Amino acid sequence: MTEEIIIAGFGGQGVLSMGKILAYSGIMQDQEVSWMPSYGPEMRGGTANVTVIVSDERISSPTLTFYDTAIILNQQSMDKFEETVKPGGVLLYDPNGISKHPSRTDITIYKIEGAKIAADMGNTKIFNMVVLGAYLKVKPIVKLENVIKGLKKSLPERYHKLIPLNEDAITMGMKNVIN
Amino acid sequence: MGELKLMKGNEALAEAAIRAGADGYFGYPITPQSEVIEYLMAEKPYERTGMVVLQAESEVASINMLYGGGGTGKKVMTSSSSPGISLMQEGISYLAGAEIPCVVANVVRGGPGLGDIQPAQSDYFQSVKGGGHGDYRLPTLAPSSVQEMSDFVPIAFDLAFKYRTPVLIVSDGLIGQMMEKVELFDQMPRLTDEEVFEKYPWATNGKPKGGERRIITSLDLDPHKLEKHNHKLQAKYKEITDNEVRYELIDADDAEYLFVAYGSSARIAQKSLKLAREKGIKVGLLRIITLWPFASEIINEFTEKGIKGFLSVEMSAGQMVEDIKLAVNGRTKVEHFGRLGGVIHSPEEVVEALEQKIIGG
Repeated sequence: MTEEIIIAGFGGQGVLSMGKILAYSGIMQDQEVSWMPSYGPEMRGGTANVTVIVSDERISSPTLTFYDTAIILNQQSMDKFEETVKPGGVLLYDPNGISKHPSRTDITIYKIEGAKIAADMGNTKIFNMVVLGAYLKVKPIVKLENVIKGLKKSLPERYHKLIPLNEDAITMGMKNVIN
Repeated sequence: MGELKLMKGNEALAEAAIRAGADGYFGYPITPQSEVIEYLMAEKPYERTGMVVLQAESEVASINMLYGGGGTGKKVMTSSSSPGISLMQEGISYLAGAEIPCVVANVVRGGPGLGDIQPAQSDYFQSVKGGGHGDYRLPTLAPSSVQEMSDFVPIAFDLAFKYRTPVLIVSDGLIGQMMEKVELFDQMPRLTDEEVFEKYPWATNGKPKGGERRIITSLDLDPHKLEKHNHKLQAKYKEITDNEVRYELIDADDAEYLFVAYGSSARIAQKSLKLAREKGIKVGLLRIITLWPFASEIINEFTEKGIKGFLSVEMSAGQMVEDIKLAVNGRTKVEHFGRLGGVIHSPEEVVEALEQKIIGG
């Protein structure tokens, strides 16, 4: 199994940390992982994306042209990454702020109202965990228990009290993803 | 099995310095390697092992701190990125001349000049063909994963002390910034002052009772003596060339063509290799691990066996390709492909280059 993912959105949406938690979850179940961010002079408010690869084998290139899954969280990223999904692959997006919806017919498209769900739950910061939940429903490449272990590893100890909230967010994402 | 962590290449390098039993790190921040000193400052190795971490006032200062620390037999290290490494070249030449062990890590970015902060491999010439003045060479390790950013630190220190030479670790922004699974090696002890004094008869940390004064210098105004010193250095470089070449072969057994690459280009080339093999092209990869000493002998062997061509894949205008050409000496086709100025080539572009420049060319 090799899953090649791009997660793209605005800086501050938790794109990089979502990728990091996914990568840590892979480690927890003994898989090979890589996490390669776009890095540059731009910071909060600019675009941010990260390539995450989870595999049973040694990972070759950490940067890619085409992906099994694209998780898209703003219009700029939609414009850039819709065409990079491999035929037969998956595109998961949050329609909030998307003016031009994806139109490809050779891939499977899923929607998650991540921003809305997070706001309804009373904490917009867990947006990325809702999206992660949606992704894991579509592609259960890592077990939920390993995601929780991954969260414990990647969050500093003082935030561990927030893990149940994150778990709820993941569950909400899993329940609300729409094909 | 050691501790498993998800780390950036830069962080793995920093943690490895602590675990390798380094006595001191001196550096000045520069993107894309600032996480090295950031990590060390946060980790406070001076409380864990007694290792000193100091932010110098400039790269020129940090390299000269290595001269002082390494001259007393301490395990010392610095890191920087391309423009900062250029500033260090005078000091590196002095360290090589005075035969002082130390480790210098370069997380390469686009150049020339201030360039940009994206990954590049255009410091190959600087690393293996001088950089500073005089007849010297530097053993140069090129990690291609976060794991190797960790593993190569103790290897670099071993080489540095075995041969009394500065050793380079050359990676780039991609390896430095990405995170991968890394298995950390166990903490190695730091040597005590007494152990250093006993172990290194050249270290200038005191005059032995009744013994000779220990002197560290790169200056000798008598040309005949300096020539003798140079011959000694050359003999050492010959020994390193004979014993320390490292490389890895991937899918090379049945290969008709070979990619030659190091660092992040070697990772990209592994993907290109899979894509090319899906198209029925029998290509393998020679991953260069020591940029110097260079794997000339294995290139010669493949040439003798009738390989149809080598494609050097580097994020540069073609630097390592010159060493491949020297090893091949006109007997088969050698071409270069690479993007410049911080642009990372895609796996598909590399396959296309193989088809156009080597197979069809």
